[in-house]
This record gives sequence, structure tokens and C-alpha cells, in this order.
Amino acid sequence: MLYDVVIIGGGVVGCAIARELSRFRLKIALTEAYCEVGFGTTKTNSGIIHSGHHSPPESLKGKLVVRGNRLYDDLQRDLKFGFKRIGELDIAQNQEDLQILAQLKEKGEKKGVAGLELWDRKRLLREEPNLSSNLLGALHAPAAGVINPYELSFGLAESAEKNGVNFYRENQIFAIDLHDGVFVAKGSRLGIHGRFIINAAGVFADKIAEMVGLTDFQIQPRKGEEYMLDKRLKGVVNHLIFPTPQPKSKGILIIPTFDGTIMVGPTAEDVEDRYDVSTTLAGAHRVFSQVKKYCPSISERDVITEFAGLRAVADTNDFIIGPTRVKGFINVAGIQSPGLTAAPAIAEYVREILWDEGLTAEERSDWQPAIDGPARFALMDGKQRRLWVNGDPQRAKIVCRCELVTEAEVLDAVHHGATTLDGVKFRVRAGMGRCQGGFCTSRVMEILAREQGVPLQRISKRGKGSEVFYPRPEDEEPSHDNKGEAQ
Amino acid sequence: MTVLRAHYDVVIVGGGPAGLAAAIGARDAGCSGILIVDREKEMGGILNQCIHSGFGLHNFKEELTGPEYADRFIRRVRCEPGIDILSESFILNISPDLRVTLMGSTIGLCEIKTGAIVLAMGARERSRGAIRTPGYRPAGVMTAGLAQRMVNIEGLLPGKRIAILGSGDIGLIMARRLTLEGCEVTGVYEIMPYCNGLTRNVVQCLKDFDIPLHLSTTMAFIHGRDRVEKVTVAPVADDFQPLPGKAWDVDCDTILMSIGLIPENELSRQLRLQMDPITGGPRVSSTLETSLPGVFACGNVLHIHDLVDNVSEEALRAGAFAGELAQGRRRPQDNIELQAGDNVRYCVPHTLSPDREISVYLRCIRPQKDCVLRLGNFLEKPLRLAIPSEMIHLTIKPEILQRFYGTTLRIDIVSREDAE
Amino acid sequence: MKSHRELVCICCPMGCQMHLAIEDGAISEVEGNKCKVGPKYARQEFTDPRRMLSTTVACRDGLWPRLPVKTAEAIPKAMMGAIARILHLLSVTAPVEIGAVIVENVGGTGINVIATRSMPKIKELDGTQSCPCERR
Repeated sequence: MLYDVVIIGGGVVGCAIARELSRFRLKIALTEAYCEVGFGTTKTNSGIIHSGHHSPPESLKGKLVVRGNRLYDDLQRDLKFGFKRIGELDIAQNQEDLQILAQLKEKGEKKGVAGLELWDRKRLLREEPNLSSNLLGALHAPAAGVINPYELSFGLAESAEKNGVNFYRENQIFAIDLHDGVFVAKGSRLGIHGRFIINAAGVFADKIAEMVGLTDFQIQPRKGEEYMLDKRLKGVVNHLIFPTPQPKSKGILIIPTFDGTIMVGPTAEDVEDRYDVSTTLAGAHRVFSQVKKYCPSISERDVITEFAGLRAVADTNDFIIGPTRVKGFINVAGIQSPGLTAAPAIAEYVREILWDEGLTAEERSDWQPAIDGPARFALMDGKQRRLWVNGDPQRAKIVCRCELVTEAEVLDAVHHGATTLDGVKFRVRAGMGRCQGGFCTSRVMEILAREQGVPLQRISKRGKGSEVFYPRPEDEEPSHDNKGEAQ
Repeated sequence: MTVLRAHYDVVIVGGGPAGLAAAIGARDAGCSGILIVDREKEMGGILNQCIHSGFGLHNFKEELTGPEYADRFIRRVRCEPGIDILSESFILNISPDLRVTLMGSTIGLCEIKTGAIVLAMGARERSRGAIRTPGYRPAGVMTAGLAQRMVNIEGLLPGKRIAILGSGDIGLIMARRLTLEGCEVTGVYEIMPYCNGLTRNVVQCLKDFDIPLHLSTTMAFIHGRDRVEKVTVAPVADDFQPLPGKAWDVDCDTILMSIGLIPENELSRQLRLQMDPITGGPRVSSTLETSLPGVFACGNVLHIHDLVDNVSEEALRAGAFAGELAQGRRRPQDNIELQAGDNVRYCVPHTLSPDREISVYLRCIRPQKDCVLRLGNFLEKPLRLAIPSEMIHLTIKPEILQRFYGTTLRIDIVSREDAE
Repeated sequence: MKSHRELVCICCPMGCQMHLAIEDGAISEVEGNKCKVGPKYARQEFTDPRRMLSTTVACRDGLWPRLPVKTAEAIPKAMMGAIARILHLLSVTAPVEIGAVIVENVGGTGINVIATRSMPKIKELDGTQSCPCERR
């Protein structure tokens, strides 16, 4: 099959592009290295939908973030992921900060960011009484919000697939051939032919570009560690709390995630290894020593889990989105913060670039923007629960005690493509709570094994090589190699 | 579909050793409408996966395995009319007037009324996040209890080469268990300078199999992208921080965390019960009633026990008091606050009354030899050895408290010289 | 021939560190114990160390795929691994009653291996269980 467009990379940007292009009569393929979309940088993202006042207006980042932010309400209506505009407070810890905030406000207003307001100390502490009384004030940006970035990715992918995009998962691209204007992206599972390639490969975008002979940018992976805190801290702050921004990173944030769990981080550390998603003692120390300064109620004793992700930072420090000297090869690289916010706007921008590069197509009259969102028992009130459960035994069976996830929801995740523990976890939250999978792991494994018709030992955390349990020696499945003698 | 009654005398949350004993206690107190609700396929709780022996020495004068101990209580519960058992079900909510919302595949979502409730949900294990072990997040890192369930009930192995963090009994037991299953256990790594588990387990689980125990050692970094590849272990300084210069790597494909149990307190927190921050469980009166009238607690959900015999003893009482309340017999309120004093980490219950014989469970903070347990000026009990990992049981007869006119009593553990 | 051996007593939480003097292959003296139980344990451990063995055997048609079992009495410590290996090749079929003898005279020890729980039978076809531990 010859595709019009092959998107390399199923992060939030790749999926957003896939969905945008699915509006048109085009043959689109998306290839993703992991077993699920969004399992690279996207799922480790802080989940912040920025209001846009931080990025310089002249940069591509700055232009796309404001547009992106505005697209989120419609996106949420169609794709049903959790999204709440909780607002952001950039806090001032000293006089210098106050000056920077005033400048930020001006810059933001110039870019069209609405509602920016400077709060004095009294107002700040009234609205956020758990913040330190040493703070001097804050810049309030009401348009900022929070999402679960993996929910968005799953929603974008589902919508794109519904509208005809073919997704190829666990297919890491290792080479790209070009003959007579047709690219062949060769992957670990299969090769895909296309007239245009969208390089949305995140931390590996420069490696993908090298495969067609392009070496004009480098990606520097920048690691960010995040720490999730116990649910008892829900409500300790109600807005996103940002320290006044510094040049290299936005500092250590307090993020009330959509589900209410408080997250603190991220750190910012340039690393060499493109798979280095380890958390460190130094990282934890940095996070908590900073955060305690502006919120003394938070301490490392409340950590329930921690993780790290890699930002794809291009050496230009801006997005690199555009055609290249290899006709048909489009870069969408260096998408660091505010990439999540900008993603829907990036998708539009990429579509425009494709049109400029000679790809044209009609809009589909039968395009379906919306998907049915997953049911979430945990968020229903008593009456809704009674109506929803209505005697269905699978809806009435709890699988994850901490997050109150039912068997029906887990099955729904499986029917939407989850084959791994993380695939279920990131769709329905089973395993994200206080006990971190202690209770639900065996139950989710049973469901996955039953639905796939495989023994329990084949169930993995996130794809081949990460199988969680081993069979007893006498239960081992016979291996299929020809060499070796019988036991 | 199972048919539940609209009204019960006592609803018991959890069908493990605590819940089963509570049901018997309530029955013996004369109740005829008792419901045990459990989330598993069968009763027995954690005992079903504890297939090793060592249970019941006090209660049955025999050393039983976990399932055998559970069986004694399950038999008794099954042959009692008036005790209903509901498995694979969850309690979602309890209102202040004791309307219980519960859900399960055989009952759907429904609401019942009850005269009293006994919380017996047991404990959960602390996981990696609680100690914030740095490193990667590969497959192969799990709690020792999850591994125990998978090995003993589902028949799967957690890996081939196992490193165990924490010298609690669960970790020691699993060291032996996995060795008998043909796995290699590289060692047990314990951050404290002393072992947390019973000496008997150190001998029969580690020494017997030449598995090294490294004290004052912690895991400093977990390596492996998709599956555990190795773990960096390091001795710790006095501040329990790893000493990076002395670290070494241990090749392994599995890491079991045996770093402590905490009461399964989701429901207790949901009910906004007054909690004891030291035990992690609810504060209770001498009838084991929590701060929400009609709601009682017992077993590991109240405070972490070492002997299941004590769990049964405590739960029988909780069930009996709950049963009395359900039948309209309310005991006089407690009027004495019980405080944890010198070398006492915590004591349960938190209040006392001269109305009845009271069972107090407590733990010491530091090991102490040849000491005396003192309840104010009213009771003294000599102890040859007090150690934190062994809970101390004290029975206070009503006559003793009847001589007390104050409002607060302290329990202290003092040296024999200080007592004289 | 004189020699020495160290042994930790496990009979109570005191965990007395005992020093055994061995002469001509037998214990001649025990030191370090704080009560009478210690030397008795030491003698048993020295002459004929024994252990209870518990493990699981495969179980067909049951509620769970493994049936927990134990040796009815303590077996020689040195045989634990071998006995475990024998048991791990076995398979039983549900239903099984608690206490049922799974293996008689296992490994020639004269000691039986018994089931430590009752395992109800599961009907394969519709997955329902015929199990005594059911609700009324």
C-alpha cells in the first residue's frame, strides 16, 4: 500500500497530526516504536496546557502555543479526555521576581493572552493559604489548565483510527529508503511506503532525519524527574504553581493533576543516553528543597511514586517544523515545552506545510470529530453509578481498589487496544493509586490473559521484554528453535 | 444473583482472620444477622497465600500453616446460621447513620442498613515509592507479598535471580520459598543495623540456604529498561543515606520489596475517622469503636500485628462489642485517655474504662532487656526482653482502673532499676 | 577431637547465641543459653536437624492452579531441596479435602505430605464453582 503520508512517531504531536490529516481524503499511516502511542516523552509530560505568556512571541513556540491553548475546549468536547482550566500562578519570591512578572504580563498581553493579572501578597495567600507567607505576589494566568497527556494521545489516536488512519505499533524505524519519490520507512516489524514523511520522532528526530541524509539539527535530550504525592494532599494548592521562570527551565512546579493528585517537578538535566529515564537522589533533593520554599506543607514523605521523561530539545531551542531539502520529508522536531499545548496548532501548521509542498486533498464529508469517551466509575456520583452499573456483573466488579476502577473499564481498555499492564494503567488508572498495583496487578493480568487467550506469563508491563512473571520450569512453553536437543 | 437482607446487625468489611473472628464474636454475643464482605473469591484473606507454618501456636497449641489456620475459622463461620458471606464484593461507602453502599458481581450496586460495622480490611505493603529508590522503572520490581501471591496461588515465578530489600518476615519467607522453587536469591538487604524479622526466620530462611543478610545496606539504584538487570546496593551512614563510594552492583532480574506493612486505610480515611498517625489506623476506644459511632476496627487495619493469634483475639472482642451495640446494649463511655510513655511507640486502644477487662497491645521503640512495663502506679509487668518487632499484650482488670481517679494514664517501659 | 560451633537459639525471641563444645562427634558442653530449652534445641540441631517443608503442587480443575501442601512432620533438613523437587513434578485434581494425604512416605522419609487447604472444583464450561464456601 502506498500511503500519501507516513507519520513517524506516535507521541501527542504525531497523533494530533494524524487526526488533523484524517479530515481529508488521504491515505495516512502512523508508525510508533512502543506498544502504545504516547509511551515515549508524552506520557511523562507534566500535562500542563500553558496560557502562552512564557514563550517569546517571535519564536515558533510562542506563535503556536496561544493558538493551541484556544483549541483545547473543542478538542476536549470531541475526545472526552479530562481537561480543566485551573489557572496558573507565577509566584514572586523576591523583588527581582516581581519585576520579571510585570514584564511577563506585558509580553503576554501583546501575544493575545487573556486575563493576565498581578496579585499582591494578600490576595495570593488568601487564595492559596498553604503557600509560604514569604512570597511577595504572583502573576495569575487563568487560561492555563491541566490534562492527562496520555488520555489525550489515546483520544487523538482513536479518533484518527476511526477516520481511517492506520497505526503500526511496536514498529521502530531503523532505515528510510527513497526511490522515485517514494519513501520506504523500514521498521522492526514492517516497512511502510509513503510519498511524504512527517518526522515527529521526539527524542530520536535527529536520528530519523539522518536516515535521509539530513544532519542540520541535533536533539539534546533533557531529562525531567517528577514526583507524585499521596492523595491526602489533594487541594493543598488549587492552581498550577510556577516559580518565576529562569532561562533554562520553568523551575520546580506544583501541579494539581486533573485527577487531583499533586505532582512536583520537573528537574532539567541534559543527558547523553536517549533512554535515560532514571530518577536520582540528586533530582529528588532538587525538587523538594525548591518546592518546600514556597509550599512548606509538601515533603518527600508523601511520595507514592516517581518517574522521569526526556524533553526533545533542538539546538536552536525552538520548534523545527518545516520542509527540508529532501522533497517530501517534513521535520516536526524539537517539540519541547510548550509542545503539548501547541500540539493541535502544530497539526494545523503541518497540514498547511504539506499543502504548500504539493499534497492536496478534499475534506471528507463523513469525517467524525468525536469519540465516545471511556466511562469512569470513580468520577460518577451515587445516582450515576446505580444507573451505569444496572446489574451488569462486569460493571459491578472492582479491579483497582485505590482508584475504583471496574472490570468493565479494564475490558473497555482492552477492546481499545491495550495488551499490556501499562496500556491498561494509562487508559483507566488501574495501578496509579496508593498501593501502586499491589492489589490490581494480578487481576488486570488475568483479564489481559483471558482476553488475548494467552498464558499469564506472556503478559508484559509495556511490551516484549518486559514480561512481569515467569512460568514455573515445568510450565514453560516449548521453544521453537530447531537447534538443541530434547531435555 | 445473591440476595442480601435489607438490614443486618453487623456488617464486617473483610473476610480474613480479623473479619472471620469478628463474625464469630458477634455471633457469640447473640447477633443473628451478620454479613462478611470480602473482595477476594474466597474467605481467608492473606492467610491463603501464607502457606508456611508458624500460625496458631497460642490459640490452637499447634503450628499451622496460614490456610489451615483460616480453615478453622471458615468452618466455624460456615456452620453458623446467621452469618452471610459475600465474596468478590466491595464496600464503596458508609454513611454516618450506617447505611452501607456495596457492589459486587453477584449483587450489583446496592445499599443495606446495619446496626454496627467492623472494619477488618487488613494491611497493604509499602511500595517502592514510599522509600523513593532511584533508578529506572523496569518490570520485575514488586512487593514481596505480590510475589508470594503469584507463586503460591497463581503458580508463577517473579523471576530467576532475586534481590530482596528489607528483612521483614515476608521478605525472609520469600527468600526461602523462591530458593525451594529453584530461583537464586542473591541476598537480603536491610537498611537498619538489625534484622526486622524473627530470628527463627533468619536461621530457617537465610542461614539454611546460605543467603547472605546485609545489614545497614540499602538499594541505591535500580537498573534495567524493560526488565530489571541489576541493582546498585550500598552501605548506609548514620543518616541512612547510601555511601556511594562503597556501593556495589548485584546482577538480578527481580527486586522484591519487603519494607513494611501499613493499615489498608482507604475506607477509614473516606469515613474521616480520627486516625493515630503512629499506627496508621483509626483511634479506638476500649471496645474497639472508632470515632464514628457504631464503626469498630480490629486486626491489621487497626495496627500491624505480628501474630495472627492476637488478630483473632482482638477481632473476637471487636465483633462481640459490635454485636452488643447492634442489639442495643451500649457500654458506658471511656473516661481515661491512655498515653504512650517512655520507650512505647504506640498503644491500642487509645482510651480506657473501668467498666470492663481491657486488652492493650503495644510496641516498644528500642530493644530493652530486663525491664518493667508500667501502667501509671497501678500495674507492673516484668519483661525479660522487649523488642520492637514483638508486640506486647497487657490485660487490665476492671478492679485496677476502678482505683484510678484521674483522666490520663501512661504506659512506660522502664529499666528494672528505675522501677524500684 | 575437640571443636566448637556457634548456634543461635530460635525457641524464643531472646535469640541466645549458644557456643557448643564438640568432642568426638557429640556435644559435650553448651554455653550462652538463658534457659533449659536451648540445649535441647542445640542437640536436635546438631545431631538431626529437621525442618517443616511447605510448598505447592499443581492442581487441575480447582479454584486455583496450585494446592498448598506441607510435610506432616519435620523432615531432615538436608532433604528439603530433593523433596521439593519431587513435589513440584506432581499434579492433583480437585476437589481435595484439607488434610488429604498427597504423597505417602515422601522420599523414603516415612513422612506424609498433606494438603493444607480444601480446594473446591471449578466447572470448566461455565466457570461457576461448586464450592462449599458459598453464600446462602
